[in-house]
Amino acid sequence: MIETAPETLLSIKELRTCFPTRAGLVTAVDGVSLDVRAGECLGVVGESGSGKSVTFSSVIGLVRRPGYIAGGSVTFRGRELTALSPAELRAVRGREIAMTMQDALTALNPALTIEEQIVEVLLAHAVDLPRAGRKAEARRRAVDMLRLVGIASPETRIGDYPHQFSGGMRQRIMIAIALACRPMLLIADEPTTALDVTIQAQVLELIADLRRQLGMSVVLITHDLGVVAEYADRLAVMYAGQVVETGPTRAVLDSPRHPYTRGLLGSIPRLSDLDAPIRPIEGQAPELVSAGEGCRFASRCPMAVGACYARIDLVDVGPGRAARCIRALETAA
Amino acid sequence: MSAIPASPALRAAGPASPGRLGLQTFLANRMSLASAVIVLLILAAAVAAPLVAPHDPNETDLLRRLQPPAWLEGGEWSYLFGCDALGRDILSRIVFGARVSIFIGVAVVALATAIGIALGLAAGYLRGWTDIAISRVVDVLLGFPYLIFAIALMAMMGPGLQNIVLALVYKEWVIPCRVVRGETLAMRQTEFVEAARAVGATRGRIMFGEILPNILSPVIVVATIRMAHVIILEASLSFLGLGVQPPTASWGSMVADGRAFILDAWWVSTFPGLAILVLVLAINVASQGLRDAFDPKIND
Amino acid sequence: MKASAVAYRLLQLVPVLLGVSVIVFLMMWLTPGDPVEVMLAGQQATAEQAASLRHDMGLDQPPLQRFAVFLGNALTGNFGLSFFHRRPVADVIAERLPATIELTLAALVIALLIAIPLGVVAAVKRGSLFDRLATVGSLFGVSLPGFWFGILLLIPFSVNLKLLPVSGRSSLSCEVAPITHLLVLDSLLRGQLACAGEALRFLTLPAITLALPTAAVLMRVMRASMLEVLRSDYVAFAEAKGLSPRRVLLRHALKNALAPTVTVAAIETGSLLGGNMVVETVFGWPGLGRLVVESIFVRNYPLVQAAVLLYAVTYVLLNFAADILYTRLNPKVEL
Repeated sequence: MIETAPETLLSIKELRTCFPTRAGLVTAVDGVSLDVRAGECLGVVGESGSGKSVTFSSVIGLVRRPGYIAGGSVTFRGRELTALSPAELRAVRGREIAMTMQDALTALNPALTIEEQIVEVLLAHAVDLPRAGRKAEARRRAVDMLRLVGIASPETRIGDYPHQFSGGMRQRIMIAIALACRPMLLIADEPTTALDVTIQAQVLELIADLRRQLGMSVVLITHDLGVVAEYADRLAVMYAGQVVETGPTRAVLDSPRHPYTRGLLGSIPRLSDLDAPIRPIEGQAPELVSAGEGCRFASRCPMAVGACYARIDLVDVGPGRAARCIRALETAA
Repeated sequence: MSAIPASPALRAAGPASPGRLGLQTFLANRMSLASAVIVLLILAAAVAAPLVAPHDPNETDLLRRLQPPAWLEGGEWSYLFGCDALGRDILSRIVFGARVSIFIGVAVVALATAIGIALGLAAGYLRGWTDIAISRVVDVLLGFPYLIFAIALMAMMGPGLQNIVLALVYKEWVIPCRVVRGETLAMRQTEFVEAARAVGATRGRIMFGEILPNILSPVIVVATIRMAHVIILEASLSFLGLGVQPPTASWGSMVADGRAFILDAWWVSTFPGLAILVLVLAINVASQGLRDAFDPKIND
Repeated sequence: MKASAVAYRLLQLVPVLLGVSVIVFLMMWLTPGDPVEVMLAGQQATAEQAASLRHDMGLDQPPLQRFAVFLGNALTGNFGLSFFHRRPVADVIAERLPATIELTLAALVIALLIAIPLGVVAAVKRGSLFDRLATVGSLFGVSLPGFWFGILLLIPFSVNLKLLPVSGRSSLSCEVAPITHLLVLDSLLRGQLACAGEALRFLTLPAITLALPTAAVLMRVMRASMLEVLRSDYVAFAEAKGLSPRRVLLRHALKNALAPTVTVAAIETGSLLGGNMVVETVFGWPGLGRLVVESIFVRNYPLVQAAVLLYAVTYVLLNFAADILYTRLNPKVEL
């Protein structure tokens, strides 16, 4: 692999995604800017409802109705994705940017065989398949892909239905489907939440392995800081629809600059001091309908001051680092 | 590894009791509200039929035989929808016919719901042999197509108002019974039932005092939907000549009477049929509103 | 699904079918007075005829024995003599059955052809004008009294435009040698296209009248299950794979959404059987439903009993078929 300055693969700028609800317009993603570089693993952390999943559904143009993208830009390898036609966007999805879902049990179609579900994505994107015997070739590649993700005797099992596999195997199959066309970016949405602990590690190792083998970038969406610490090169912390802190994983975890990040770390038992009491963050995330201009964490923040309720932008807090806090620099360790 | 606790960031706020909220939702649904008003108007007309109907529904007048509706040539405004083959005023017969439809709809559903609640509670709460016996009977009755069952019973029992009610109740109770049994099974393990059992409440007290009040809303929603079905069933029986006997006016038999004259007196069949459609449609729309408001989880 | 599972389910039908026959048997007790006297009232019958009828119906035996005879006869398809037709009940029913089957199948096909596309489009365009119209339409569909709507249909199509016949099943000019006894199918199989067209013209109005309420129910089921499927993760995942909307809809969504619809369709066929009695009466369709209604008025109780038993057994089997279909369409459900 080339070690020169890695190019930016995906660039999200000031993205806004809104959902009309009975209670009013919810801005689930509010001015999010993020970069994903070639070959890296970006961890995106936040509570459920923080907008981390919606951000990346917006990237591939799959915001659930009645939600819509209200502004901002998404460039992928120099192309503006928000300006693409539905057909052009479909050619990107599954081919260049793939996504896996939280729970493979519900993400795999119960009525179709594994074969059909892998082959269809190969056929849809016609990845350099020969004219003659397209289907046979697609099937051969599907078998290879299943073998790659560690399914035993894939030639025979490819004809089975999803319910005939165990939870961990289903997760592997979903990854095989997502990676069948060798995408450059994999968005893994909570890849371990639905699994038990021993299988979690296997699946994460598999994703890390494949990332190295295929040279792709990975966005790891999770609410689990432990996962991020282990697998992500950089991380972005999201809170109430905004990015509150980004930077290299090591640096951020060692000296968090945003009180929310610090709170998250505080609510994780550290191996070094398991006896220290766990301190969960007090209070609740704000209703997004009523979110104002100021810091959204202010109402829960132990260090909040009057100025926190005025508009606050991300500020540089170190090499490659930024935090959305007016007191970020004074709290530097 | 540890996870961040989820917080209900996107949930709409505002406490409200379910019943109050349901009523507000129902009143906000204008279609359902309008339909409920139509049902009440028809009900009022049926109750006050002798006051509302312009003529005696059974008074024949051969000079007015097949007289067209008021707005057609040969019609008269005092006979708004025209007259049937015996010169009887169709509007008056429709008003009196509403009594039959509504009486049978209410009587059948009320009886069936009472039976269904008792047996459904027993099956769902007592379980064991009671449940097996009741459920077997329910299975067997479900083996009959409804209309065929009712027709067969009417064929054996002979026509008449009381027999129609019986013929329909014999099968109708199965529907509330299944709903009540299912809800009771779910309710059995809840904390407040456990608590009542712990303080030594009798089985009857738990079934009727604790469980029943809490499962009433799906039962009521189902009852209103069934009312619409029962009214159509009664009309079908009367159409086939197996219902209320002449000269009592019933919408189904009025449609049947008009069949022979469909070529030259379309109004004889059309208006009573329209009355069935309006009443049944209004009940269906209103009950859909009730269901959306009080019990979103039931589906047909 | 294994054959043994199917066999087990079939075995479970036995008590239900037994219960159904008990009820049909008991129905005779609801008649006010002596059934034989009621049946023969108004028909000049001798005392001997009455006695032989009483014997044929087993009325001269104790109840339990009567039931055993009834059940044995039912199992062998022997329902005694139709006094009115002076022929075996089974023969009279067999003669009328094909017309009813043809009408029911036609109605089922029409109902599915209406319900599936409308339900799918209403779900996909949820909240649109089309969706709202379809919802209102389905409410009308379930609220329509079929007998009345059938009569209304006659006015424009048969009376004014004279496009379609008022009643009956075929015209005299068409003589088709039976194969399946379904006129449309037989005419096609025999290559008599003109007769097939003729039979279709007779079939159209009754089949549409019968189909509408079922179409309304099925459309609601189709719309609801399609909505549920469209919200599912596997449809979201299929979209994330970059498949065409057509493939997502037809291959991923529709296949799963069809299972409940087909299941309900099999069950609804039972209400089509009931609707037959009314619709066959309106359109003079020479099927079993009209035969039953006619038999009621001449107090031909053995025929009514036999027909009700036949309907109920068919209905139970249809529900069984619905279960099997559901598991076939839904491989993750095991019996």
